[in-house]
Amino acid sequence: MANGVLILAELVDGKLAPVVAELIGAAQRLGAGPVSAMVIGSGVDAAAGSIAGVEKTYVVDDASLAEYTTDGFTHAAAAAVALADPAIVLLGQTNTGRDLAPALSFKLGTAVAMDTTSLEMKDGKLHTTRPAYGGNARAVNGFATSPAVVTVRPKSQDAADGGSAGAVEKVAFTPTAIRTKVIDRKVATSEGVRLEDAEVVISGGRGLGGPEGFADIEALAKELGGAVGASRAVADLGWRPVAEQVGLTGKVVSPTLYIAVAISGASQHMAGCSGSKNIVAINKDPDANIFKASRFGIVGDFKTVLPAFLAAVKKVRAEG
Amino acid sequence: MSLNAILPKGGTKLHIVVLVKQVPDWDIPPSSFKVDEAAKKVVPPQGVAPVTSQFDAIAAEAAMRIKDADATTKVTIMSMGAATARDVIKQGLAMGGDEGVLLTDDAFNDLDSYGASVVLSAAIKKLGDVDLVLTGRQAVDWDSGVTPTLIAGMLDAPVVTFAKAVSVASGKVTVERVLPDAFETVEASLPAVVSVSNELGEPRYPKLPQIMAAGKKQVTTWSAGDIGLDAGALGQKLTLEALYVPVVDTKVEIMEGETPEDQAMALAKRLMDAKLI
Ligand SMILES: Cc1cc2nc3c(=O)[nH]c(=O)nc-3n(C[C@H](O)[C@H](O)[C@H](O)COP(=O)(O)OP(=O)(O)OC[C@H]3O[C@@H](n4cnc5c(N)ncnc54)[C@H](O)[C@@H]3O)c2cc1C
Ligand SMILES: Nc1ncnc2c1ncn2[C@@H]1O[C@H](COP(=O)(O)O)[C@@H](O)[C@H]1O
Repeated sequence: MANGVLILAELVDGKLAPVVAELIGAAQRLGAGPVSAMVIGSGVDAAAGSIAGVEKTYVVDDASLAEYTTDGFTHAAAAAVALADPAIVLLGQTNTGRDLAPALSFKLGTAVAMDTTSLEMKDGKLHTTRPAYGGNARAVNGFATSPAVVTVRPKSQDAADGGSAGAVEKVAFTPTAIRTKVIDRKVATSEGVRLEDAEVVISGGRGLGGPEGFADIEALAKELGGAVGASRAVADLGWRPVAEQVGLTGKVVSPTLYIAVAISGASQHMAGCSGSKNIVAINKDPDANIFKASRFGIVGDFKTVLPAFLAAVKKVRAEG
Repeated sequence: MSLNAILPKGGTKLHIVVLVKQVPDWDIPPSSFKVDEAAKKVVPPQGVAPVTSQFDAIAAEAAMRIKDADATTKVTIMSMGAATARDVIKQGLAMGGDEGVLLTDDAFNDLDSYGASVVLSAAIKKLGDVDLVLTGRQAVDWDSGVTPTLIAGMLDAPVVTFAKAVSVASGKVTVERVLPDAFETVEASLPAVVSVSNELGEPRYPKLPQIMAAGKKQVTTWSAGDIGLDAGALGQKLTLEALYVPVVDTKVEIMEGETPEDQAMALAKRLMDAKLI
């Protein structure tokens, strides 16, 4: 009988994505039976052997899986699921998870819940909670079919701390027809700290009035060793690259310090930063929603506040 | 039935179906967002009309750009929902769509994504000659983003998600995808399903004559029976156990000060004390 939790151990540049340890942590705490992992790719044995905190790791290794494609990975994941026979399959709400989870659920003839932020067993049944209506509401879902396919929002779960690696088992795999073809890929390179990993993030919004408004934000990010983020309004206007967008349809960050400058704090923006340990808002509107989620705030015009803040930061840091 | 059975048609015009969903207006202050927890439903704010889901208007824009390039393209605007969903179909028609299909039936209320996909794909199959289905990347009510993939599965067609540009030539669709750290160009044979993201750009704004003309365009209404579905067997798989508004109880400390310099210094000191900088 279907039992346990199978997580997708997603690889980024051949290494385990940060969300993997979070999925394992969530799966362990769920208490829904043994936790196993699946790794999909080409030449991924080393990565497969390094997954800690699981009883078993299923590996689907094939040259046709060197790059992510919906068809190839769906087929591969379904093969791993057939062998592992889990009751629950967890994926990260990453690009891969967003694309793969619905396709996998369809292939398995089961239900999928996307972007969940908490999971629990209730009377032996899985219940997942996810933000809905742009983060304004929470929806609790149950599953009428098995296995349940679930994506989990990055940074919403505490990572598993270590443990031993599981036994590796190869999954027999016959490549399938891949109906989409990647003909070009451009990687957006960013300098400095990666936004998702940064301990300090300073984000700017539409209230900055133009790309030049980001000069002080960049200077502050440099001073604090942080990364620059942006609201969707800013990315849509082309003031900053899409790669810097924080929010529901952008990146999820959970730094120790998140400074939101001239950002109104729409629920869809907060979806990407509400996990931050400390939010600081600088906004000229005292009623802006961002203050409702912040620990500290300054009501004022960024044009005068930001240069003063940069100077103040330098001063207090110099004085220790 | 697979759409592949019908295609390639060769020489005939391209037929695009745009899927548009009617949703409560998302652009309201969070304080006026209310939920009826017993009914597990959102209470629409007084006097605020429901709208086209944001990304779906952008999917319609993607269709119109293809039609701009080739005027023989036929665009069908399709929506499943209440009778009022006719309004969002009309909006798509005003943007330049040719015909509308409204799927409405009591059996379609409160379906999960799977059930909705069963209905939408059955209607697309009934149209028969469809080359390309364009959808939003996610509907702004549940923010799921699964319907395009499920529909593609049911139509046995490839799916490409998160498009920022869509073009069609010689039986193929070419899609520029938006990834958080990359842009990708992907090609697939038609028929295909493509979901569209906001990076494609703003939807065009219909002018009065176009809105008037849309009033005269045909909108066909189909119920479950019309598309060969058994109203009692739409394959609901996900159950909704509860819906509520989360409580946020953060207390903000606003920095006092006569001048921006005073406020800024107060903040820097607080952050230093809290070991945050
Ligand atoms: C389905 C969906 C998904 C979305 N996904 C995202 C997402 O991933 N990320 C995201 O960010 N948004 C997202 N949005 C958009 C979101 O709803 C908001 O529209 C967006 O976040 C607003 O950006 P903003 O705060 O920069 O702009 P605005 O809302 O225009 O706010 C500008 C702020 O700047 C302040 N301001 C103006 N001038 C000054 C000044 N001189 N000094 C100080 N303050 C000033 C104003 O008081 C205001 O609060 C999404 C929306 C939908 C419907
Ligand atoms: N009831 C519906 N009517 C028309 N299109 C829909 C409906 N539900 C979902 N869609 C389409 O599918 C996309 C993704 O929806 P979802 O999977 O619910 O997030 C939407 O942006 C629409 O284009």
